[in-house]
Amino acid sequence: MDLAYTAEEAAFRDEVRDFVTANLPADIARKVLEHRRLEKSDYARWQDILAKQGWLAGHWPVEHGGCGWTPVQNHIFDEETAAAGAPRLIPFGLNMVAPVIMAYGSPWQKEHYLSRIRTNHDWWCQGYSEPGSGSDLASLKTRAVRDGDHYLVNGQKTWTTLAQYADMIFCLVRTDTTVKKQEGISFLLIDMHSPGITVRPIVTLDEEHEVNEVFFEDVKVPVANLVGEEGKGWTYAKYLLGHERTGIAGVGASKRELDTLKHIAKIQRKNGRPLGDDPGFAARMAQVEIDLLALEMTVMRVLASRGKAPGPEASILKIKGTEIQQALTELMMEALGPYALPFRPEAMTLDTEDELVGPDYAAPLAARYFNYRKVTIYGGSNEIQRNIIAQMVLGL
Amino acid sequence: MDFSFSEEQQLLRESLARYVEREYTFEKRRAIQRSAEGFSHEVWSAFAEMGLLGLTTPEEYGGYGGSAVDTLVVSQVLGSGLVVEPYLASVVLGTGLVARAGSTAQKESLLPAAARGELLLTLAHAEPDSRYELAEVATSARRQGNQFVLQGHKAVVPWGAQADRLIVSARTAGGPRDAQGISLFVIERGMKGVGARDYRTIDGQRAAEVKLDDVLVGADAVLGPLDGALPLLEAIADVGAAALCAEAVGVMETLNAQTLEYIKTRQQFGQPIGRFQVLQHRAVDMFIHLEQSKSIALLAAVRADSADAAERRRAVSAAKAHLGRSGRAVTQMAIQLHGGMGVTDELPASHYAKRLTMIDFHLGDADFHVERFVADARG
Repeated sequence: MDLAYTAEEAAFRDEVRDFVTANLPADIARKVLEHRRLEKSDYARWQDILAKQGWLAGHWPVEHGGCGWTPVQNHIFDEETAAAGAPRLIPFGLNMVAPVIMAYGSPWQKEHYLSRIRTNHDWWCQGYSEPGSGSDLASLKTRAVRDGDHYLVNGQKTWTTLAQYADMIFCLVRTDTTVKKQEGISFLLIDMHSPGITVRPIVTLDEEHEVNEVFFEDVKVPVANLVGEEGKGWTYAKYLLGHERTGIAGVGASKRELDTLKHIAKIQRKNGRPLGDDPGFAARMAQVEIDLLALEMTVMRVLASRGKAPGPEASILKIKGTEIQQALTELMMEALGPYALPFRPEAMTLDTEDELVGPDYAAPLAARYFNYRKVTIYGGSNEIQRNIIAQMVLGL
Repeated sequence: MDFSFSEEQQLLRESLARYVEREYTFEKRRAIQRSAEGFSHEVWSAFAEMGLLGLTTPEEYGGYGGSAVDTLVVSQVLGSGLVVEPYLASVVLGTGLVARAGSTAQKESLLPAAARGELLLTLAHAEPDSRYELAEVATSARRQGNQFVLQGHKAVVPWGAQADRLIVSARTAGGPRDAQGISLFVIERGMKGVGARDYRTIDGQRAAEVKLDDVLVGADAVLGPLDGALPLLEAIADVGAAALCAEAVGVMETLNAQTLEYIKTRQQFGQPIGRFQVLQHRAVDMFIHLEQSKSIALLAAVRADSADAAERRRAVSAAKAHLGRSGRAVTQMAIQLHGGMGVTDELPASHYAKRLTMIDFHLGDADFHVERFVADARG
C-alpha cells in the first residue's frame, strides 16, 4: 500500500506542468477559469498546440501514433491541464470513436481517420440519440439502406454536441429492420459535409448553442465507412461506453472548480464576514471536497486495477463525478446571493465592452448551474448508469 | 501508486476471516454479549495467538511493529464479523498510546502482557460535557507531594469496567478548554476511589461511567509529557478514527451483501423484490457508498501514521465525516429494504445497522470532523 506517485510519474507531472505553463494561451485559460464561452477556434488552437507536441492523443497506444501513456499518466495529464485552465479536449474523436476504430476499424479507416484525429484535422461529433430514442437507444430509427458501394441514410439525430463545428459524425444506424432491435444496428462514419445533412441548433436553457439536431436526407455514405460488420453496431457502441472512461469522473476539472468556489466564497460577504466563514456554507463546501477526495481515490483504485474491464466501475465514476460537478455549480451560484439573478449573455465573451453587473465572476454562474443539469442526463443518464451497476455488478 | 496489500497482510486477513467465519457465529456473538463481561476471553486468547493483539506493538515488547494499514486490515474483518471484543479500546488506543509515549518501565510492564491478551487497556477521556472535543478536560489531577490526586467523571468509557488499566486524561494545569495542561495517567481499575458503572451500548458492546474520587497515583503513572498530552491524544484519536472507518467499511460490506441477498430472494407480486427498479437503485446507491467509503478509509489509514499532523488530520477527518454520513445512509436503506424484518432483533442485519450507525458516535461524528476539516483548512 503506497499512495505516492513514482519518481517517473512525478517527473511526468513536472513535464506536463512546464509545457502547459509555457504553451497554454493566456486568453484561453482566462475564458476557462472565468467560465466564459469558448469558440471553436479556442478549442482548435489548444488542440493544435498539443498535436504539435504529440500529446493530443498521448494516451493512445504507440502503434496508433500515441505516446502509450499509462492510465495514471493520462490522469496526471488531465489534472495538470485542467488545473491550468486548459479547455477540455473534445472527446468524440479522441476518446470515443478512436478506440472503436482501433478495435474494429478497417486498415484504411485506421490509417485515414486515426491520423486525422491525432493531428486535430477532423472535428468529430456523436450521432447516437434520436428524438424517440434517448435512454432506449437501441430503438433508434435512422435508416441506412445499402445501394451498391454506398449506403443511403435517412433520419434524424439529436442532442448532437457541437455538430455545428463537426467534419465527421459517427452514427448508429438501422441497417436491418427484420431482426431483434440490437442486432439491426450498424456503426457508420459519415462526412458532415455530405449533401443531404442539415444541422439545426437547439438553444439550451442558458440561451447557448451547444447541441443540435442533425437531419439526414438521402445522404450517400461509402460502404468503406462502415465500421466492422453490418449489424454489429450495438456491440461496438457498448465497447465504446466501457472504454477508458476513468476520465468521465472529471476529477481534475472539479478540483479546479472547487478552488474557484473557495475563492468566490472568500470575496462574497455574509453578515460582514466572508461567506466561506459561515459555518453552514463552509460545511457544505467541505462535504463536496470530501466527496471529491473519495472520488479521486476511487479513480486511483480503478486505474490501479488495470486489466479488469472498466465498464461498471466507470458507471460509479460517472454518477459520483457528475453529482459533484453539479454540487459545485450549485454552491457557486448560491454564493452570489441576489447577484445570481442578472442574466447577461453578452458578458460570456472576454472582449465585451458592456459594464459588468455585480462581481466580475458572477455573470456565468447561474447560467452554468442550469447548463450543468445536463451532466446527469447525458452519456447515459445516471439512472441508466444505476441500471448498469444493478445488472452487471449486483446481479439484480 | 500501489493499492495492493502485502502478502503478510493478505495472510492476516485470510486467517482472521476464516476464524471469524468459523468460530464467531451470530449465535455465539449473542451469547458473548449476554455474558457477564460482555466479551469472550476465549476469543481474546485466540486473537492473541494470531498475533492480533501485538500487531502494532513494537517488536522489542513482544509485538510485530505494524502500521495503521495493518490495523485497517484487521478492523475491516472485525467489522465484517461484527466482533464486539475490545480491539479498538485495548489494542489500537491503549497499546497505541503506551507504545507511543510510555516510559521504558511502562512499556515493559504493559505492552507484552497486553500483546499476550493478559491485560486489557482502555482510554478514559470523554466527559459528560465534552462531546468530541479532545481539549475539553475538567477532570483534575492535583499534585500532592510526589503524587497526584485524580478527581472527575469520565463518560461512556469503552470497556471501562472490564479493562485492567485505564489511561485517564486529567488537567494538571490551565482551564477546562485549554490546549495546555492536559496529562495522561495509567491507573488500575481496582484502585481505591475508582468507580466504574458498567452498561451495554446499543451496538452490542460495553461502556462505563467512570468516577474518580480522590484517586491517589504516583508520578510513575504519568504517561507522556506532563501538561502536554493533547497532541498525543489527537494523534491516537486519529489512529483510532481511521480504524473505526475501516471497521465501518467491513460492517457496510456485510450489511450490503445481506441486503442484496434479501432483495434477491424475498418474493412479492410474484417476483423477487430486487426486480423492482426503485429498489435496484437504492441497492446501487448503497454500493456506491461502499466503494467511496473503501477509498477514503484507505486514504485515512495510509495517512494515520503520518508525521505531518495536518496531512493526517485532513485525511482522517474527511474519512470519518464520510463514513458517518454514508454509514447513516446505508443503514437506513438497508433496514428499509429488509422491510419489517429489518427492524427485528432476530436478523443479523439489524445488528450490523446498529453498529454502523453508532461508529459515528466514537472519536468525533460527521459534524465534528467536517468542522475540524474546515477549521484546519482555514488555518
